Amino acid sequence: MLSVKDLSVAFRTRKGEVNAVRGVSFDVAQGETLGIVGESGSGKSVTSYAVLRILDEGGEIRTGEVSFNATDLRAARESAMRDIRGGQISMIFQNPRAALNPIRKVGHQIEDVLRRHGKATRSDAKAKAIEALEAVRIRDAAARYDAYPFELSGGMCQRVVIAIALACDPQLLIADEPTTGLDITTQKAVMDLVQDLIHERGMGSMVITHDLGLAAEYCDRIVVMKDGEIVEQGTPATLFSRPRHPYTHRLVEATPRIGGTIRGLLPAEARTPAPRHMVQDRPVLELIDVRKTFQSKSGPVEAVKGVSFTIKQGQSLGLVGESGSGKSTTSEMIVRLSDPTGGKILFEGQDISATPAVRFARHPLRRDIQMVFQDATDSLNPRDTAASAISEPLRRIDRMRGTKLSARVDELADMVGLPRNLLTRYPHQLSGGQKARVGIARAITLNPKLLILDEPTAALDVSIQALVLNLLVDLRAQLGMSYLFVSHDLNVVRLLCDQVLVMRGGEIIEQGPTAEVMTGPTHDYTRALLASAPQPPAQAVA
Amino acid sequence: MTDITPSQTPSQARATVKHIAYVLSENPVTLIAFAMFAFFISCAVLGPSLVPYDPLATNSTRALEPPSWDHWFGTDNLGRDVFSRVIVATRLDLTISVAAVALSFVIGSILGGIAGYWGGWLDAVLNRVLDTIMAFPLFVLAMGVVAALGNTVENIIYATAIINIPFYARLVRAEVNIRRNAGFAQAAKLSGNSDLRVLAFHIFPNALPPMMVQVSLNLGWAILNAAGLSFIGLGVRPPTPEWGIMVAEGANFIVSGEWWLALFPGLWLMLAVFTFNLLGDGLRDIVDPRKRT
Repeated sequence: MLSVKDLSVAFRTRKGEVNAVRGVSFDVAQGETLGIVGESGSGKSVTSYAVLRILDEGGEIRTGEVSFNATDLRAARESAMRDIRGGQISMIFQNPRAALNPIRKVGHQIEDVLRRHGKATRSDAKAKAIEALEAVRIRDAAARYDAYPFELSGGMCQRVVIAIALACDPQLLIADEPTTGLDITTQKAVMDLVQDLIHERGMGSMVITHDLGLAAEYCDRIVVMKDGEIVEQGTPATLFSRPRHPYTHRLVEATPRIGGTIRGLLPAEARTPAPRHMVQDRPVLELIDVRKTFQSKSGPVEAVKGVSFTIKQGQSLGLVGESGSGKSTTSEMIVRLSDPTGGKILFEGQDISATPAVRFARHPLRRDIQMVFQDATDSLNPRDTAASAISEPLRRIDRMRGTKLSARVDELADMVGLPRNLLTRYPHQLSGGQKARVGIARAITLNPKLLILDEPTAALDVSIQALVLNLLVDLRAQLGMSYLFVSHDLNVVRLLCDQVLVMRGGEIIEQGPTAEVMTGPTHDYTRALLASAPQPPAQAVA
Repeated sequence: MTDITPSQTPSQARATVKHIAYVLSENPVTLIAFAMFAFFISCAVLGPSLVPYDPLATNSTRALEPPSWDHWFGTDNLGRDVFSRVIVATRLDLTISVAAVALSFVIGSILGGIAGYWGGWLDAVLNRVLDTIMAFPLFVLAMGVVAALGNTVENIIYATAIINIPFYARLVRAEVNIRRNAGFAQAAKLSGNSDLRVLAFHIFPNALPPMMVQVSLNLGWAILNAAGLSFIGLGVRPPTPEWGIMVAEGANFIVSGEWWLALFPGLWLMLAVFTFNLLGDGLRDIVDPRKRT
């Protein structure tokens, strides 16, 4: 149905021309789901944009053929392309909230597409829009018709985006990272829905993702891209069990799975024996019935409803939960950026919740509780260089200056594996993995006793995630830190943590040693979480 | 802000110079704007010692002469050299506008920063006060301030500053507000910074790029404002050379054909405003580290 031959795309930039896609060829047959897998910068999104001719400014298709049902999409007139986009080929974008117009009712947005492609008239548009909402299994579709995007959850927004994409019965659906930023249970629901709808309608589809597990579960055939080229293609089963290309092999290994080890994520040549960390029977952190209530316009909202747990010295505790479970609120209180409404937070027996968060900056224990933030980009000041970000805690808390300071910054850079020559760069000049390293270096500058890691690898590619996770394991053994690892990725928690806590709706619903909780969950919700996590097929024993 | 970081080495300074050179070469309009800015600055600094005639010296034998090689911009009704007066006036006009803009920049930043960071009732009160200022026709408000405080150069500066404060305060408030819970602000708190330090040294500098655009637009506007006040007889008094007064005085002679009296000071005024307006984009690119690669 769709056939791409020898496609090349180049972008003109300040530093000359960049070849984003180089000689890519693939076909999508009717009823087939093709997965395009690759890390950031591999050209997988650009490929799909090139198919629809919606490349960003400066981008140009250089060579190749793109044909769709015998129509040459490269030569097609712009007006013809407008009919094809949304009518015959439609797309689901990465961020559903950004893909919807925030000030228009979702129903109207569906009507727009329907009427643009002549599938509805003014009189029956509303009925058809509601029908489209029902098709994506939105309950009470007639009421949702009048909703604005901000009134809907992320998963709901993505359903609306899917409804828009499918409203005109396209033959080909392109889904660009359709579940990034969604919770895993929502991810599963959305992907299952997409799969069902595609099968029902016999459509072809392209799923672009960085998640191998997801691709393996939902795609018939997978294309692996690297640096603008296709390095390997095949069915998920063969690709995972017998990857031929070294890059595919590395990618498969770097994807966390059941039964894997943390060192196993690294390429074989980089595997050193994993260091052991000592857990001592002395609590570093104790939470006693901690509560947090926010005052909102519609009354008080209990974000955290009486949470108690203990982290022992050297221990790594995984805090698992979906958005809205209160895990971020809890970690914010522990790191003393906000005050609990009730309960006590004891750090080595001392009540740190007695000092209000606004004055905690001068507290002697400030240095002992540090945090690595979720979004490395957002957590670095765009106006500060890497060196000044790392040295900030030293300058402020230790009053360190001059050569001693730069020596320490160099030492930290070495520790986290950040090349020293990158220290003078600004955040926008660093890659995602490098920014994550700067964030980690800054958090460990003062040798904290407790490090809170708020989804430190959520925004990273799997191979970078593998490096960062291993770095965290090394640092834990080296510095004897305790970790509170906040995450929604159970596969990662399984690798890194000794104990795990599952939170939902502000309460802890299950806790225990990681292995026990993962193999024999007692709570239904934990079971649902475990079942939703996509699992890459087992690799053949090498 | 970050002057005590270990990375602030000579190479860093070189990089900054290189960056400025890059921004200038990238955009010819910016280059022109900076060249014209340099011209106005040198007029302001060196003007009085360079001009061929004393701007205040009258010469009744050569009154109302059209432009010639002796008097490039002609002479006025008292025989004063218009060219000398236009150049000498640069210093006064620039002083008024720069001082007024600097004052409103500082006060507006402080108010906007506080309102944006802490929010709550402080924010509400401040916003209403600013709304009140903006509810007045701004030029009329400036007239009122000068009339009430007295007819001096300082009062023109204060008046111009007061009417500009709301623009800065609102801009800073918005920029600070979107960043007050940003990851880097929280990280700064974990590094032992108090709220005030987080605001002043981590969040506020991020508001500088849009502020620079505002500054440059305002500089032009402040010159117009000062000239406008002088034009209607408030503020600077004759015979002090000032573009606004010169246009006002020259306006009476246009009917009788002596166009040069009003045209040249007006042209200079226009060029100055033009320069400042063009300067904005370049200044923004220079203070924005993201433009460096």
